Amino acid sequence: MAETELSGAEILVRCLQAEGVKYVFGYPGGAVLNIYDEIHKQDAFKHILVRHEQAAVHAADAYSRATGRVGVALVTSGPGATNAVTGIATAYMDSIPMVVISGQVPTPAIGMDAFQEVDTVGITRPCVKHNFLVKDVHELAATIKKAFYIAATGRPGPVLVDIPKDVTQHLCAFDYPADIRMRSYNPTYKGHSGQIKRAVQMLLEAKRPMIYTGGGVILGNADRQVTELTRLLGYPVTSTLMGLGGYPAPDPLFLGMLGMHGTIEANMAMQHCDVLLAVGARFDDRVIGNPKHFAKEARRIIHIDVDPSSISKRVKVDVPIVGDVAQVLEEIARQIGTGTDRPDQSALKAWWAQIELWRSQDCLKYDRASEMIKPQFVIEKLYEVTGGDAYVTSDVGQHQMWAAQYYKFDKPRRWINSGGLGTMGFGLPAAMGVQLAFPDAMVACVTGEGSIQMNIQELSTCLQEKLPIKVILLNNRYLGMVRQWQEFFYEERYAESYIDALPDFVKLAEAYGHVGMTVEKPQDVEPALRDAFGKHKDRLVFLNFVTDPRENVYPMIPAGKGLSEMILL
Amino acid sequence: MRHIISLLMENEAGALSRVAGLFSARGYNIESLTVAPTEDVTLSRMTIVTRGSNDVVEQITKQLNKLVDVVKVQDLTDGGHIERELMLVKVRAFGEYREEMKRMTDIFRGRVIDVTDKTYTIELTGDGQKLNAFLAALEPDAILETVRTGASGIGRGERVMKI
Ligand SMILES: Cc1ncc(C[n+]2csc(CCOP(=O)(O)OP(=O)(O)O)c2C)c(N)n1
Repeated sequence: MAETELSGAEILVRCLQAEGVKYVFGYPGGAVLNIYDEIHKQDAFKHILVRHEQAAVHAADAYSRATGRVGVALVTSGPGATNAVTGIATAYMDSIPMVVISGQVPTPAIGMDAFQEVDTVGITRPCVKHNFLVKDVHELAATIKKAFYIAATGRPGPVLVDIPKDVTQHLCAFDYPADIRMRSYNPTYKGHSGQIKRAVQMLLEAKRPMIYTGGGVILGNADRQVTELTRLLGYPVTSTLMGLGGYPAPDPLFLGMLGMHGTIEANMAMQHCDVLLAVGARFDDRVIGNPKHFAKEARRIIHIDVDPSSISKRVKVDVPIVGDVAQVLEEIARQIGTGTDRPDQSALKAWWAQIELWRSQDCLKYDRASEMIKPQFVIEKLYEVTGGDAYVTSDVGQHQMWAAQYYKFDKPRRWINSGGLGTMGFGLPAAMGVQLAFPDAMVACVTGEGSIQMNIQELSTCLQEKLPIKVILLNNRYLGMVRQWQEFFYEERYAESYIDALPDFVKLAEAYGHVGMTVEKPQDVEPALRDAFGKHKDRLVFLNFVTDPRENVYPMIPAGKGLSEMILL
Repeated sequence: MRHIISLLMENEAGALSRVAGLFSARGYNIESLTVAPTEDVTLSRMTIVTRGSNDVVEQITKQLNKLVDVVKVQDLTDGGHIERELMLVKVRAFGEYREEMKRMTDIFRGRVIDVTDKTYTIELTGDGQKLNAFLAALEPDAILETVRTGASGIGRGERVMKI
């Protein structure tokens, strides 16, 4: 039988089907019309039409964060691609596996300053794990295969495939490779056995141990292994913003989040421990602050990460272990379990006594008697009303930190936020990706009135797809996080941080076809949330909580300071 | 400290810009960079000369390894190695200069590869210091133009970088 030849567009669609893609988030345009035409002819996957390409990428990204699968976005050339860049950089900074397909002008037009031409591969190079320009339809299928493989393996990340329009027209036989090998790309998964032995010994010798987990625990699906090892040892554990849910937050061994807005107990234990086990975390500036200050206290560090370049980048470590975090932790736990050595219980007891002393300062307390709605209170009520079982996406600012501090995540992949890039505008499109992945789940988007306006147009997509997201707007009328820095570090000169002329969010929600509510009194918070998740379960509800405009996020370590230099309430 | 890093990478469009982009994005300095295909035309061999503390250079090699197109990375400075650089120098070669230039070229074991009434073009290979020494030995006024390739490096003895 003569092999039938398919167009590049059809090949692309077949590749996506072969990868088991369920949703493609995108926006059409000239360069991708052939692709759209093929998408139109099939129903193996669904295309979600967003209202701005940035949102397509965020939605694909969040779909990936919530499910662990590779998210897919599709944009046209030129402005479509440049609009996607913020989304790509967001995913890159948080190591999210994603494939972004961009249209490109036809190959003969490349370099001619053609209509809607930009050097997409050049523009995105610094913010992708890898990217490709497909110049020959014969390379298309193998390139898509590579893109998914690279995105999902090793330290994950976004991969962009730029496809010129003529390539989507050209014909060739379709053969999707079953697997792919690349001599230049071989991630290490199995940790070095000698180093693992040293780690075991070091962990058991600890007098003041500490376990510090990051986003790598979530990405590496190592939550069970972290939990088991921590409980086996009875050691204190903390998490970065990106690792929340990797260890159940309500558990007493959990000291809360660490870092710039971390708890006293987490930051102090981090600073004063003698053996630190770092798992899938990268000692970044928002976590340990100033590395010189961090290094003042002597401690031995074991660092497990799938990316060798994350190890000893900001902080020199004693036992580097490159490998899959789940596998390595499992091996460490196995060796401890089968060995005879046990942690030094009396030292551990003294260490916990010290930690409890720090914990007793109750650094997350806030004024519960206030007549104004306190933002922390809204998050606590959200936690209660949803039984801790919601997917929570957030934007960037104070509301993000309060969500991280007060919603006690006890499962991985429930807390979806832009940690590395800190992208305002992430929350709502992210909630779309999550809600599509889990149509029956409760999905809340915690946001600020600044952030929500950065991608508010997506309320329209939400209506089209009937996504019953609950928008939890903590409306303080300020770019709150900016205001907080101005209050602390710029003698209260509030330059451009007050947002005047806010829209009537209730009317706005209604205009988009959704339910809107404004809540102004503390006693109305819980009933409003109950209505949103109860009576209006199947609708998108936009809850405009008018909160205390002057509330700050505590504790706070000023930028460039050390972990023990916190500003407290 | 000065480090000389060798890498093998896929001979693909854009691979060079990934390496160059990495250095600029992370603020690493490049003293020189040379690249050309190897006997296996699907591979390019690159030599990068950089400066930095050991920690920085360790990061550089890790980051280079992380690039998807890079097949192998070696810090040649870690062991015995040889490096060579090619320089072409166009000098004034009339009057008193003519004899002097020929003599200096011989002393440094260079070759005159192009001649006019007024100029010589001299080819010289060696490590960077030798090339610097040659330039320093010439009358500054006599130098019309220089072009250097940057260092290429290879391990000493049986040390081999191959895939
Ligand atoms: C796209 C983008 N622009 C600017 C910033 C800088 N920034 C960080 S937090 C913040 C204020 C956010 O205000 P809002 O969304 O109202 O949240 P709040 O802090 O008040 O909770 C700004 C402007 C950013 N993170 N992202």
